[in-house]
Amino acid sequence: MKKPYETVGLTEKEYKKIIEYLGREPNEVELNIYGVMWSEHCSYKHSRALFRHFPTTGKRVLQGPGENAGIIDIGDNLAIVMKIESHNHPSAIEPYQGAATGVGGIIRDIFAMGARPIALLNSLRFGDIEKSERVKYLVDGVVAGIAGYGNCMGIPTTAGETYFNSSYDGNPLVNAMCVGILEHDKIHRGNASGVGNSVMYVGAATGRDGMGGASFASVELTEESEEKKSAVQVGDPFMEKLLLEACLELLETGSIVGLQDLGAAGLTSACCETAARGEGGMEIDVLKVPRREKGMLPVEVMISESQERMLLIVEKGREDEVKKIVEKWGLHAVTIGKVTDNGRLTVKEGDKTVADVPAYSLDSSGAPRYYKEYEEPAYYRELKNFRPETTTEPKDYNKTLMDLFTSPNLCSKEWVYRQYDHMVRTCTVVKPGSDAAVLRIRGTKKGIALTVDCNSRYCYLDPRAGSAIAVTEAARNLVCSGAKPLAVTDGLNFGSPEKPDRFWQFREAVIGIGEACRELDTPVISGNISFYNETETQAIYPTPIIGMAGVIEDTDKYCTMHFKDEGDIVILLGKTENELGGSEYLSRIHGIEKGAVPRLNFGLEKKLQAFILSAINKGCLKSAHDVSDGGLAIALAECCMEKELGIKVKLESHLRTDAVLFSESQSRFVVSCSQETLAELQQLMEKQEIPYEILGRVAGDEFRIDINKRNVVALKVKEMKEAWRGAFECLMS
Amino acid sequence: MKFGVIVFPGSNCDIDCFHAVKDALGHEVEYIWHDTEELDDCDCIILPGGFSYGDYLRCGAVARFSRIMEAVKAHAASGKLVIGICNGFQILTEAGLLPGALVRNINLKFICDTVPLRVETNDTPFTSLYQKGEIINFPIAHGEGNYVVDEATLNKMKENGQIVFTYVNNPNGSMENIAGVCNEEKNVLGMMPHPERACEEILGNTDGRRLFESIISALEEKVKHEKAL
Repeated sequence: MKKPYETVGLTEKEYKKIIEYLGREPNEVELNIYGVMWSEHCSYKHSRALFRHFPTTGKRVLQGPGENAGIIDIGDNLAIVMKIESHNHPSAIEPYQGAATGVGGIIRDIFAMGARPIALLNSLRFGDIEKSERVKYLVDGVVAGIAGYGNCMGIPTTAGETYFNSSYDGNPLVNAMCVGILEHDKIHRGNASGVGNSVMYVGAATGRDGMGGASFASVELTEESEEKKSAVQVGDPFMEKLLLEACLELLETGSIVGLQDLGAAGLTSACCETAARGEGGMEIDVLKVPRREKGMLPVEVMISESQERMLLIVEKGREDEVKKIVEKWGLHAVTIGKVTDNGRLTVKEGDKTVADVPAYSLDSSGAPRYYKEYEEPAYYRELKNFRPETTTEPKDYNKTLMDLFTSPNLCSKEWVYRQYDHMVRTCTVVKPGSDAAVLRIRGTKKGIALTVDCNSRYCYLDPRAGSAIAVTEAARNLVCSGAKPLAVTDGLNFGSPEKPDRFWQFREAVIGIGEACRELDTPVISGNISFYNETETQAIYPTPIIGMAGVIEDTDKYCTMHFKDEGDIVILLGKTENELGGSEYLSRIHGIEKGAVPRLNFGLEKKLQAFILSAINKGCLKSAHDVSDGGLAIALAECCMEKELGIKVKLESHLRTDAVLFSESQSRFVVSCSQETLAELQQLMEKQEIPYEILGRVAGDEFRIDINKRNVVALKVKEMKEAWRGAFECLMS
Repeated sequence: MKFGVIVFPGSNCDIDCFHAVKDALGHEVEYIWHDTEELDDCDCIILPGGFSYGDYLRCGAVARFSRIMEAVKAHAASGKLVIGICNGFQILTEAGLLPGALVRNINLKFICDTVPLRVETNDTPFTSLYQKGEIINFPIAHGEGNYVVDEATLNKMKENGQIVFTYVNNPNGSMENIAGVCNEEKNVLGMMPHPERACEEILGNTDGRRLFESIISALEEKVKHEKAL
């Protein structure tokens, strides 16, 4: 027989702490409230102690972590709001709704800050698609779910990544990111301030869907998880579109003191978070909460995670004004309570008090905080020692390259992003398929660039280095678009924090992200942690997804990765070392996921990033692309695809051919320039001591690489492109 | 010239149409809320894309009952211009202002892409500045753009020159590759592709500008003609 506190996911020690807070035993409603609020998902009780490793401040940071979303200044009184969030467990059992409501939730976080959402991104991880029909089903459902929600909202889905690895078998990752824009003086926060102000509820009625979703997200997935389908919410993007427009219109009136979305832990979390940030107390009546089902108990109303709901803190006396605007949008606003200053969250059912707890004890300041034990897993040192040069070199590099191109991780993801409306709002300047999305800011010369990135194989082999690389690569993506990287939102996806080896991975990753963010001056302004991403047999590879935003001062000067014209000169910036450890090549061609991950030299990295940015601004570059998964050969090929342009490359190297082509050495960029600007560019590179190598020219219709005067690759670009573009659809059919 | 963009609950290309007319073309434009009966003095009405009423029941099936639709019908009946784009096209077919219907894409998926179109006729106020047979590139973004119509109507439409745009490579299964059609009087156009997304250099596509310029030129002609009378 489980103890009552165990059924809500709490330990005996935690239960005792509740008694301490209350001075008595909690009743059932209170126990459930503590259960959801003290879940890892809401309280970050296992992870919070490590947040000090993140740089979270800076002169551009207008709002750091702790609010619905972070805000970064982009100049001219404008700011961008951003956050990433996971919806992994719901998507594992109900892919369409799981992914759709993940998108819905992150959009609400953005407009809760008063911002107009302008872009969506996503980062997806699935198991081995070549071996599993279930994976295809998940991919199909998740992509359709993201499309279904984002397209209906009219927010373009502008960038993303989709990767496959057997570590995600049974536990896919669905992380959605949203970016909004606002003026500095229009920032709103989830504050319940002003004693006597009204607490209003707007949006969809409350039902029994999504009961205990936060607790569900805080345990491992098991065979029984399928039975928890009721913990997955159902999305209604049309309702959310109305809610968005109504809220933005309401904010213009000045009647709104604070607003907060009802996300994980529903009404409970929204009430206690706004109370804790404001005057400290709140009283609500569950009978006033609109419901879609009969006979709901107070506890059900309090912890339901029904979607498309917002909590408004409204200046006393202006409730009718709010109602009128909300009704214009076909919705209803209901007063369910008021702001108090007694420091308590009091829940009533009519006249009867059904819960009465200190508000601060529920939020992260009052929740337990653990300093978990960690332990370096044995695999870490063992796998590091693997030497890639012990593998046999491929004989036919044309074939190797084609195998890589058509592999799930390197093939074109057009099948995915063709389902997302990436052009609505007519601000998308660079569409999916380049290094980063570029959006113009209407009415200004400015633009922003957005990307998400993570190489989880690196993060498995070396979580600290891998995470630092994820941050750095995200920055490279932005720089190649001509943007200055500004800030990070991180989606940290890990296994169970209660296992010391998994917690070691988490801790190492946090330290790695912190270090890289400090080096690159991109503070972490928001984020999300998803633990317990494991099944009965395995944990996922540690996957700290880095969402990053940057600013482009003049949108006439953005850049893309694609080669533009015949005759242009192709140059490699940076140096190729013998670094095949953890590479896509080693994984795909040899089936080996081992070795030391590439070294990262921040000094060189920063120098190169600064150079690329200045060269783009000077108009010296016609294209720029960072070298990442698959190495130089794949990077070059990717540049050829869009315009179907060939290339003739001649290289000299003492490395093995596979290392020359597929090594994933960091801090490398493939750029192209016209013959006329070459001299100027070379002068700049030499002056700034940038390591570079002229590779060859854009020419003809053949992708041709010679190494040490011997031809190793010769493929028709048209054939390459057809195979690369068609591969994903083949995988799905 | 004054354009009016109707805003239904769930419209989301309203803002794009508004800015295409105002910023890219430099003409007057205003939003018109669905729950009114007045079209003011707009010369051309745009029904924008999006998901009016969540596309619940059937795309456009609820929006056609909006209060504003009576005014739109009257506007069309008086010979004035109406253009429905994407969801707007779906609403026009549901409202009976255009023949045919739009059903789910043949691959059952939403498609967002830029695709080549053939201008089938330039004998309309919407396409006069294109060449007949010209190939232009327009963005598409829809899940239900598969045009169907009964054979008798189709033949009549062909005779009357009501098929305005066709896809060069049919993306969604549309009958006869149809991408856009007009009514018999040629003052009401419906099309799935988005001309408003192709009006600015910075978006990499300006093929849509001439559609709006054709409308403006037709409206100016009309004014000249009226003055001469």
